[in-house]
Amino acid sequence: MLRKLQTQATEMVLLAVIAAICLVLSLASDRFFTLVNLFDLLNASAVNIIFAVGLLVVLIAGGIDISFAVAASVVQYLTALALARIGGGGWASGLLIAGSIGILLGAFNAFLIHRFRIISIVVTIATFNIYFGLLMFFTRGVSIYDLPDWWTEKVILFERQMADGSWAELRLPVLVMALCVVATWALIRHTTTGRQLYAFGDNPEGARRFGISVAAMQFIAFGWLGLMAGIGGLVQAHYAQEVVPNALYGRELDVLAAVVLGGARLGGGRGSVLGCVLGVLLVAIVQNGLNLLGASPYAFRMIIGVIILVAITLSNAQVGKLLAPRREGRAAP
Amino acid sequence: MATAVPGAAAAPRPLLSLSDVSVTFGGVQALKGVSFEVMPGEVHCLAGENGSGKSTLIKVITGVYRPDGVARITFDGVVYDHMTPVAAQAAGIRVIWQDLALFPEMTVAENIAFQEVVGARPRLVDHRAMRETARRVLARLGTSLDLDLPLRDYSIARRQIVAIARALVGEAKIIFMDEPTASLTQAETRHLLDIVRTLSREGIAVVFVSHRLAEVIEVSDRITVLRDGRLVGVYPAKEMTPSRITELMTGRTFDTNVRARSRAGAPAVLTVEGLTRRGEFENVSLEVRRGETLGITGLLGAGRTELALTLFGMRRPHAGTIRLDGEPVRFASNRDAIRAGIAYLSEDRLALGLIQPQSIADNLVVASLDRIIRGGLISRRRKEELVSRWISELGIRIGRPEDAVSTLSGGNQQRVAIAKWLATDPRLLILDAPTVGVDVGARAGIFDIVARLAEEGLAIILISDELPEVYYNADRVLHLARGRIVGEYDPRSITLPELEAAVYA
Repeated sequence: MLRKLQTQATEMVLLAVIAAICLVLSLASDRFFTLVNLFDLLNASAVNIIFAVGLLVVLIAGGIDISFAVAASVVQYLTALALARIGGGGWASGLLIAGSIGILLGAFNAFLIHRFRIISIVVTIATFNIYFGLLMFFTRGVSIYDLPDWWTEKVILFERQMADGSWAELRLPVLVMALCVVATWALIRHTTTGRQLYAFGDNPEGARRFGISVAAMQFIAFGWLGLMAGIGGLVQAHYAQEVVPNALYGRELDVLAAVVLGGARLGGGRGSVLGCVLGVLLVAIVQNGLNLLGASPYAFRMIIGVIILVAITLSNAQVGKLLAPRREGRAAP
Repeated sequence: MATAVPGAAAAPRPLLSLSDVSVTFGGVQALKGVSFEVMPGEVHCLAGENGSGKSTLIKVITGVYRPDGVARITFDGVVYDHMTPVAAQAAGIRVIWQDLALFPEMTVAENIAFQEVVGARPRLVDHRAMRETARRVLARLGTSLDLDLPLRDYSIARRQIVAIARALVGEAKIIFMDEPTASLTQAETRHLLDIVRTLSREGIAVVFVSHRLAEVIEVSDRITVLRDGRLVGVYPAKEMTPSRITELMTGRTFDTNVRARSRAGAPAVLTVEGLTRRGEFENVSLEVRRGETLGITGLLGAGRTELALTLFGMRRPHAGTIRLDGEPVRFASNRDAIRAGIAYLSEDRLALGLIQPQSIADNLVVASLDRIIRGGLISRRRKEELVSRWISELGIRIGRPEDAVSTLSGGNQQRVAIAKWLATDPRLLILDAPTVGVDVGARAGIFDIVARLAEEGLAIILISDELPEVYYNADRVLHLARGRIVGEYDPRSITLPELEAAVYA
């Protein structure tokens, strides 16, 4: 157990912080600790978690991506157009189309990074502008409301009526999120490809000496994020019941902050799915709590900024050290 | 009979042999007709200066480079016309590169058993099997580490052991170690040499590349010397001395006479009394005179670098006084120390001493910018004057002053670092491990410079854990142990073995 605490210091800190915040919020608001609110929280966080686990893979591989959120908007538009062309489609064809376009957009980033040896932040700032510019140019900023029925119809996985007559509903995005989380976890934890991604992010030259293909690593990491961006885009349109071209603009920084909060290291090699999910949830819980308490939305931004600074400082520098003192000294004979 | 393989009765067959290998890169011949042979279980040293072709030879054997024409490599009875990295790995050839190529964020177990992650089919990771592999290999080395901790929690010495453990996964028959002891202390080095002997007893050949010739002679059976891409010869280690190997490597002879002479009459430049930083060093008193070279030695962790940093104003003493030319000084930062005429050449040249990607000229003037400023701006003319003066003064071999420092050899980089500080016109120069990563030939050049500077009246503190360095080059040697000065020696009245016995006792 102590060993667990040492190796997963970030996750433990996050859990403790979340527990403390939940405790405070339950005492401050009687609407916080309810099933209705819990399900709302999960429904609303699903898309961000899908994006986050995608971005996690890129961060682990030593990259960064600013473009995935607007890429998801591009996916929404192109998927809507493609579905109209084939006469409506369904969840299967929708996921196939959205996923494929997402992978293509992610692979484009990987191509630029690998072929021209440009660092990922520069490439994705460029593609962020290109994708968003093209999107606004061709749509003229017009939203799409007449989506196929299957896409916008609410799908309820589980519901329960509460004592006050309100309904607690767990909706489809949560299921999709769970699948994406499990798939990403399996990829990075249990496949050799996943461990190679960690190694590549940790020490690219070391990985190369093992014969790991650098190109493959870039395409897999950015392709996976593209896939998650595509699926996330599809689910976001389902949740919002419309496609608005700038709906996801700015989401990239929120997700990036949450993933970093979850212990992923900018620079590669470190990060876990659990930490990543907890990071998104922590941000969502704080936002939710402040809403319930009637605080200004600007206060939320400020508080999130402070939480990120405090949490990163604690988990990276202090707590990890306290729990796992550096092992020096003489080597055993 | 040049071999020293134990139990080699009837004409032993070499484990590895290659003959007449040449490698050309864009018209430059990196290897010229080199032959190389390693017996099973032998510890074989590959000696040569930087650029002599050692790494090129290792890269040919591991299939990274392809030699000119047809050069056959015979390994373990199999003839390879074209060695490839995959074939070399499969045949049991392992290399531990100087930078170790480890993954600091990954666990010890994964670092050791990473080969299983690369090769596994189906592409699934068996964490338990990896831990088991790692545990078994570490046990073979007579060591155990916490397998689940990330490698970044461990010291360089432990990482070295992890790198060796990684090389032993699968069936290793020969292990190349490139400068494995470069960043280890004496005690850690001894442990590593013990491991090398263990491997050799198990029948695994070790090819050792090291600048530390004393340990090379201690651990090796035979020594192959390369110079300028050519084979100089193969020698039994027992018949060699460090100075003989140096001669063979450089083609020159060096006088290793004790340089010490008395400076008792000269005025003191630095006088330190009762200097203390709790937990680092205690009650240190010393004196350095004009033109004197004071050697300070001791094991890593004895407080050498901490003392130097305190003299340089980067740490504040808790007690004690520092006087420069008789005047008490108190530094708020190293800027004050530099202004007062103290220069400190840091022990980690790569990370701290030089700004690698910047030009030679920029590195050279960075500590003395105020001397080349006119009207608030850097005067190009003064900068060029300063740069060309020091480049010629210290005989730095460079292409153009605008080239990045990283393009220079270790020895020339160190000269740039020294020139940077000399340009500040110091009274006292502190050299902290000035020859780490510097070739033997270039080392002699650096100490020639140090001797000349002392002759010109500069006071010098030479810090090193390599005893021969301080023994031959300092006028007096202080021994620092656990933060205290425990001995003072005059190289003229003690032999090197006596000094070694005193320090390692």
